[in-house]
Amino acid sequence: MTATGLNPPARVLVTKIGLDGHDRGSRIVAAYLRDAGMEVIYTPPWQSIPAVVKLVLEEDVDVVGISSLATDHLIVPKLADALRTAGLGHVGLIVGGIVPDDECPALQQAGVSAIFGPGSPRDEIIAHVAALAAKVRDVKNAEFREIAQ
Amino acid sequence: MTKQAVQLSLPGFEQAHGGWRTEYSRQIGADRAIKNRSGVEIKPLYTPRDWNGDGFLENLGFPGQYPYTRGIYPTMHRGCTWTQRQLIGLGTPEDYNKRVRTILDAGATAISLIPCNSVFRGNDCNEVDLPLLGTCGTVVNTADHMDRALDSVPLGNISTAMNDPSPFTLLAFLLAVAKRRGIPWTSITGTSNQSDYISHFIANHMFFRLSLPGARRVLLDHIEFCRTYVPGWNPVSVVGQHMQQAGATPVETMAFTISTALQYAQDCIDRGMDIDHVLRRFTFFFDISISFFEEVAKFRAGRRIWARLARERLGAKDPGSWRFKFHGQTSGVDLTVQQPMNNVARVAVQAMAGIMSGLQSLHTDAYDEAITTPTEETARIAVATQNILREEAHLCDVIDPLGGSYYVETLTDQMEEEMMALIGKVDDAGGMYKAAEAGLIQAMIGQSALAFQEKVETGEEKVIGVNCYQADNVAYAAPPTERPDVERMQQHVASFTAYKAERSQTDVRRALDALKRAANSERDNIYGRIVEAAEVGITHGEIVSLLREELGFGHPLVVV
Repeated sequence: MTATGLNPPARVLVTKIGLDGHDRGSRIVAAYLRDAGMEVIYTPPWQSIPAVVKLVLEEDVDVVGISSLATDHLIVPKLADALRTAGLGHVGLIVGGIVPDDECPALQQAGVSAIFGPGSPRDEIIAHVAALAAKVRDVKNAEFREIAQ
Repeated sequence: MTKQAVQLSLPGFEQAHGGWRTEYSRQIGADRAIKNRSGVEIKPLYTPRDWNGDGFLENLGFPGQYPYTRGIYPTMHRGCTWTQRQLIGLGTPEDYNKRVRTILDAGATAISLIPCNSVFRGNDCNEVDLPLLGTCGTVVNTADHMDRALDSVPLGNISTAMNDPSPFTLLAFLLAVAKRRGIPWTSITGTSNQSDYISHFIANHMFFRLSLPGARRVLLDHIEFCRTYVPGWNPVSVVGQHMQQAGATPVETMAFTISTALQYAQDCIDRGMDIDHVLRRFTFFFDISISFFEEVAKFRAGRRIWARLARERLGAKDPGSWRFKFHGQTSGVDLTVQQPMNNVARVAVQAMAGIMSGLQSLHTDAYDEAITTPTEETARIAVATQNILREEAHLCDVIDPLGGSYYVETLTDQMEEEMMALIGKVDDAGGMYKAAEAGLIQAMIGQSALAFQEKVETGEEKVIGVNCYQADNVAYAAPPTERPDVERMQQHVASFTAYKAERSQTDVRRALDALKRAANSERDNIYGRIVEAAEVGITHGEIVSLLREELGFGHPLVVV
C-alpha cells in the first residue's frame, strides 16, 4: 500500500454532486484512501457546488474526488469554475465512476487530472491522489512562505 | 456450513462413490476451496448423499402448492410466460411517449416509467441544473406531464409500473389522468415498484425523500388508499435489488428483503388491516446476478421461506398471501464498461437464472447499462434476448427445470438455513425498521461490498476485461451516448414555469393546506390528499417539500 509521505497526511474530500445517489463506489474508494493513510472527508451524496467549495476551504482539502455514476459529471466543469472563483484553483480535482469517452475531454479541459473508471486498480488511484496531493501541498507551502515573508 | 449427509440404502453406492473420490483426488492434485458469493462452500460433486428427496412434499411439493418452492402457480411459464417489463425513462414527457409507443407497437403488454433523478430528489425541473435533466429518466412533475407521457396509452388495459418512491406522486398523477380520461380507477393495474422506503434508507439513498417515521406513515396510508380505491394496484413492492446492488450477498439480500416484508406486514396488522387483504398485493423486486446456481437457490429458498412465514408467523389464510411474486432485473453490477458487447452474454446468463427460478416479470439490461441509459438499438437487443430465451431456447417448456438437482436442492436448503439465521438476527434487533435505523444492516452490506471488491482486486473473483483478458479491451468501441435535446428541455422547463404562474393560486393554496392538515392528523389519509392535490395541478416538488416540512426530511444513514 502506498503512503502519501505527507505530514500532515493528504486531505481528500470524497463526495458526490448533483442528483444521483449511487455511492457504493465512493464508499469503497474512501475506504481505500483512508487505509492508505490519507485523511478522508466523506459526505453523503447530493452536495451542492457551494457546499463543496465551503468544505474544501474549511477542511483545507488537498484533493477533491467526485464520484459520478449517472451523468453528474456534466456539472463538474461548473464545480471547477466555482473552486477557481473562490481562489481554490490549485486544489486537485479527480473524477471516478462512469464517464463516457466522448465526455472526458470537457472534464480534462476544466482541470480534472484523472478520470477513474470501474476496474481502475486501487494502487493506481492511491498513487495518483498521493502525487496530486503532494503537488497541491507544494503550492500551498509556497503561498504560505510568500505570506510569511 | 456443512450439511448432514443423508443415509442411503443404494447397493454399491459407497464403493462407486469412494472410487470416484480417489480418482478425483489423484487427478485434481491440490484442490482449491470454492465458496459462492454468499459464502457457502461449493463441493465438486453432489450426490443422493447430499439430497435424496426426503421430505419432498413438505419442502418441495408441486407448483402452485404450498410452500411453492417449485413455483407459485400450477402452470408457471408453460401457461403464461413472464411479463416483459423493460424500464423506460428519458428526456421530456414527449420523448418518453415516443419510446413507449414504439414498445407498445412491438407488442409489449406492460410499461414502466423511470423518472428523472431530479424527481427522485423531490425537485421540480426549474430547481436543478439543466444539463442533468432527463439524462436518466423522464422529467414528470405534474398531472399534465403524465398526460403527455401517456398520450394514446390505453391506461385501463395495460399494467403500469411506476418507479415512484414515497410519497407516490407519479401514481397520483396517473390517477388524475385516468379521471380526466374517464377511466375508472378500478381498472387501473400495476405496481408502485419503489414503495420500499427501508431499502432506500439502507441502500438506494437517492430515493429516500421523507424521514423514516414519515415514510412509514405514508406507505400505510398509500396501502389503505389503494386497497379501497385502486384495488388492482400493487401498492407494495419489497425491493431486494438495491441491497444487492449496494453489495449485499444473495443470502443477505433475500433475508433482509423478507425481514422488510415482515415489517410492513406487521405495520399493516398493527393498523388493523386484514392481513390477507394486504399480502395478496405484496410483490418483490430483485437483482439477478451472474452467479447462476446461487441465484436459482436464492429464489427457490426465498419462495419457501416467505410462504412459511406468511402462513405461520403472520397468520395469513389465503394462499394468495403465501405466494412470493417477484420481478427480476438482470444485475447491472456484473456488467462492465470494458468490452461492453460482452454484457449481452452476461445478461443472457442472468436472465436464464431468473427464468429458471420462475420469476413473474423480467427486465433485461441493455449492454450499455454500465455506461449510459440505453439507446433504442441497445434496448432492442435486451428485449430480443428475452425473446430468444423464451422462443428458441425453450426455457418455458418445463416448470422448475433445476428442481431435483442434487446440487440445486442442497444449495437451496443451505442458503435457506443461512437466510433464516439472518432473519433471526434482524428479529433480535427488533425488526427491520429498528435494525436499519441503527445502521446494523448497512454495516453488514458495506462489509460484503468491500470483501467482494477485494476478491475482484486479487483476482480471486474473475471479471473478463477487468482483471483478466484485458488485452481484448481495445478491440471494442464504446457504445454511443445519447443525451436529451437541450433546447427541447429548456422549452419544457419554460412551459412548466409559465404553467405554475398561470394556475389558480386559490386552488393551489387550498390543496396544499388540506395536505398540511392531513399530515398533522393521524386520522386523515395523507395519500388521498396527495391524489387530490395532483388533480388540481399541484406539482411534485410542492408536494414533496411540504411533506418534508411536516413529516421530516429524509436523510439516509450512510455508513462507511
